Amino acid sequence: MPEVKVVNATKRFDQKIVAVDDVSLQVHDKEYFSLLGPSGCGKTTLLRMIAGLIEPSEGEIYIDNKIVNKLPPEDRGIGFVFQTYALFPHMDVWDNVTYGPKVKAWEESKSETVGREMLEMVHLYERKDALPHELSGGMMQRVALSRALAAGAKLLLLDEPLGALDAKIRFELRYELRRLVKDLGLTAIHVTHDQGEAMAISDRIAVMKKGRILQVGTSRELYTNPQHVFVANFIGENNFLEGHVAEKSDGGVQIELRGGLMVSGSDTSVKEGDRVVLAVRPETFTIEKGHRKKTDLLLGVVERVRYEGTNIRYEVRLTNEDVVVVVRPSLMEEWFTTGDKVTISFPSAKSYVFPYPSRGLREELAVE
Amino acid sequence: MPKPNAVKYIDYLSSRPIVRHLIYSSSVIFFLGIILIPPILGIALKWNTIGQVFQDSGSMSRAQSAIFASFAIAFLVSFLDLIAGLPMAWFIARGRSRVLNVVDTLADLPFIIPTVALGYSLLLFWGTQGDGISQFLANPLVSPGWLLIVLLHFAFSYPAVIRVLVGALLDYKMVYEEASRTLGAAPLTADRTVTLPILRSNVIAAFILAFARSLSETGATVIVAGIFENGSVFIYNTRNPPVGQPILEGPMVFVSFILIAAASLIYLVIRILGPRLKMPIKRVWPVAERKLSNFKVKTSRDAVSTLTFLVFVLVPSLFIVFPIAGAVTSGTLNEAVAAVGVWQTYWQSLILSYGVAAAVTFLNVFATLPMAILIARKRWGNGASTTLDVLSNIPMIVPSIALGVSMSIFWKSFAFIPEFALIVFAHLSITYPYFVRTMVAAVEGVTVDLEEASRTLGGRPFTVFRTIILPLTKYSLFAGTIMMFARSVDETGATTAVVTNLKTVPVLLVGWVKLLREGQMSPATVALGAGFLVLFSFIILLLLRLVVRGRR
Repeated sequence: MPEVKVVNATKRFDQKIVAVDDVSLQVHDKEYFSLLGPSGCGKTTLLRMIAGLIEPSEGEIYIDNKIVNKLPPEDRGIGFVFQTYALFPHMDVWDNVTYGPKVKAWEESKSETVGREMLEMVHLYERKDALPHELSGGMMQRVALSRALAAGAKLLLLDEPLGALDAKIRFELRYELRRLVKDLGLTAIHVTHDQGEAMAISDRIAVMKKGRILQVGTSRELYTNPQHVFVANFIGENNFLEGHVAEKSDGGVQIELRGGLMVSGSDTSVKEGDRVVLAVRPETFTIEKGHRKKTDLLLGVVERVRYEGTNIRYEVRLTNEDVVVVVRPSLMEEWFTTGDKVTISFPSAKSYVFPYPSRGLREELAVE
Repeated sequence: MPKPNAVKYIDYLSSRPIVRHLIYSSSVIFFLGIILIPPILGIALKWNTIGQVFQDSGSMSRAQSAIFASFAIAFLVSFLDLIAGLPMAWFIARGRSRVLNVVDTLADLPFIIPTVALGYSLLLFWGTQGDGISQFLANPLVSPGWLLIVLLHFAFSYPAVIRVLVGALLDYKMVYEEASRTLGAAPLTADRTVTLPILRSNVIAAFILAFARSLSETGATVIVAGIFENGSVFIYNTRNPPVGQPILEGPMVFVSFILIAAASLIYLVIRILGPRLKMPIKRVWPVAERKLSNFKVKTSRDAVSTLTFLVFVLVPSLFIVFPIAGAVTSGTLNEAVAAVGVWQTYWQSLILSYGVAAAVTFLNVFATLPMAILIARKRWGNGASTTLDVLSNIPMIVPSIALGVSMSIFWKSFAFIPEFALIVFAHLSITYPYFVRTMVAAVEGVTVDLEEASRTLGGRPFTVFRTIILPLTKYSLFAGTIMMFARSVDETGATTAVVTNLKTVPVLLVGWVKLLREGQMSPATVALGAGFLVLFSFIILLLLRLVVRGRR
């Protein structure tokens, strides 16, 4: 059963552009693994190196503990679902799906059986005579998937397979995709820029930026314990407050924000005097009416209120002019209005302290 | 800067449907009245002379053989060009070596050489005692005749086929090939079962192009044909009988008619049935195709393709450089510059050639633009657009000398038309399809949204044309104009059919080669005459490259 290992892989284009920069990762057998990151971060390049569509400039790629750097794609036993589906326009659905078995010279009866099974699995057998241009986006995606599976591959590589679909279909198909992969006992590597999609269906996720992997973990690990300020921003939503470490103790750190505001943060490897960034998720804040002066409490004025159905989103301008977003359940609490003076607080254990990025916070958080 | 009143007035007029209708109708009338109908009527006017052929079995036999030879050679050459051109195009489009840029440029060189000069070059290389390959042999390797015609037609159609196929491969979305490889197909299987079927229309276009060029070629073919006759040579020989013998109109009209009708029919059949052609993609041979995809086989295939190109196209095409160099050093250049003897006629012919080309280019640009918009934007509906598109391509398919014969008959029935105008009419027909095709493709490339946006912002139709369509298609306009000009300069067949006294340079050169064979002209003079034509054509095509590169 296929396990994939990438060891110190780098890909350079024209000797100047480093698309993948010294990446190492391991995907376990039968795991649904996602490569997540903004456009241009190198996730598709990495996937294509695993597929054999491009060769790494440095490093090794292993499938089932065998090095495959020099192995062409047709010999790697993979199935690949392209972002644009790449259905052969001159072949109908049936010929597209049975193409893999045909070029591998399977017996005709076996090809037909597999073709039928795959199309029935995606509920498209009755459309087997249709040409690609006669199908909807969702149908094309399912045909592309069944084509990749019909060739007998145990390692499925998916390059933004839902990217070209509209939101509702994307939402429905993501779960169907995972179910199919798990039912067939496949190993899957899924490339996406949609963090909701990755978090919903992956066993583990690797977050990438500018050719590098920043963190690998489960959805929960990435959400509750981001190890990098970019990950904290890219996964879910966070407020970022700049300050200095005023005091460090066994229990945590005291951070002096702009304007002299003092808050507590969770214990990290930062030292006293270090410039830091404190990240707090909007749903972590509590909010009360009025101003109460005390350490770890932040005073502010509600600047904007947005009703989002399940939640209410408040934008609060603090006394040091920083603006934080607070999200509370709409059915559970009193509501505030624009202009209200409020006090907000958060448990320090649910905040994240990062060293201030050397290239600047804006640059580090940028997704382009 | 305020618009001149004239432009404002034209803008205003263009809003009126009747004015637009008049402009498009004029364009269609020009096409029908100058390009399409005269050849048909010309044949009709002399229909009664065709009987001469049926009454003379020798004449009929000669005519039939000539017609058969034209089509047989055209089909053979087209297949050979495809077989040789496909792997070469793949090599150029998919290869990674920088050397391929050089090969790509060299593949264009036969385009630069006017066909008359090309014919002379191939004659020297393959078929003349003491020159080319033949200097190493007791006899010329390939004597003038059908085989030399095949070699000539192969050489000058090859660059056209390469251009079409390389362009198609570069525009092709690699994702389909990648998909087939990830499904287990060897590279050769992927190329055969996925890439080629998707590029089928381009392969058919390349075939039609090679077929048309072979069928239409006259000047160079006359040079290398010897005593062999295909349709074009037959018409040329009939039109230019030995001194003292009459021009036999019947056989000339008969062969012209058959060539025009059959070529048009074949073109229509290929155009309609070609897209329905099924390619052999059902069966696969995984083991064999995998072996044939390996590096050694691929390298050997690329080497054979390159060798074929060098031996059968490039070297014979460029061989003329040697006699030209000899002519320059022998003093012939001084005679040429001083316009001594035959050179006076040569320079007059050159001025005539470029004068005709300029007139033709000017007229065609104005007459063809509305037609191109009519076709590209389907102003008169899908049916009319397709019909006009197909009809406007026919002059490219039909042998130019046959077209010239029929046009000559028609226009000479109006006694007041001067010979210069006859040449212009003939060249208008020959060059028309080149410009139409270029501009149709260019206008189709401008999305309708842009025109509609201009209209919603207050732009009248002529405003849209001059502020949106023209700027966005200007490179194609320049490129099409230059191609049309070069084609006109190069045109021999139709010119031969219409002229009596005037001679353009290609027609003059064909005559010079004839005199050379009879010992009445020096090889250096012929070589230098061809050399000047090559030089000027090179400058024109360099301009074309600069324009196209500017666009990129």
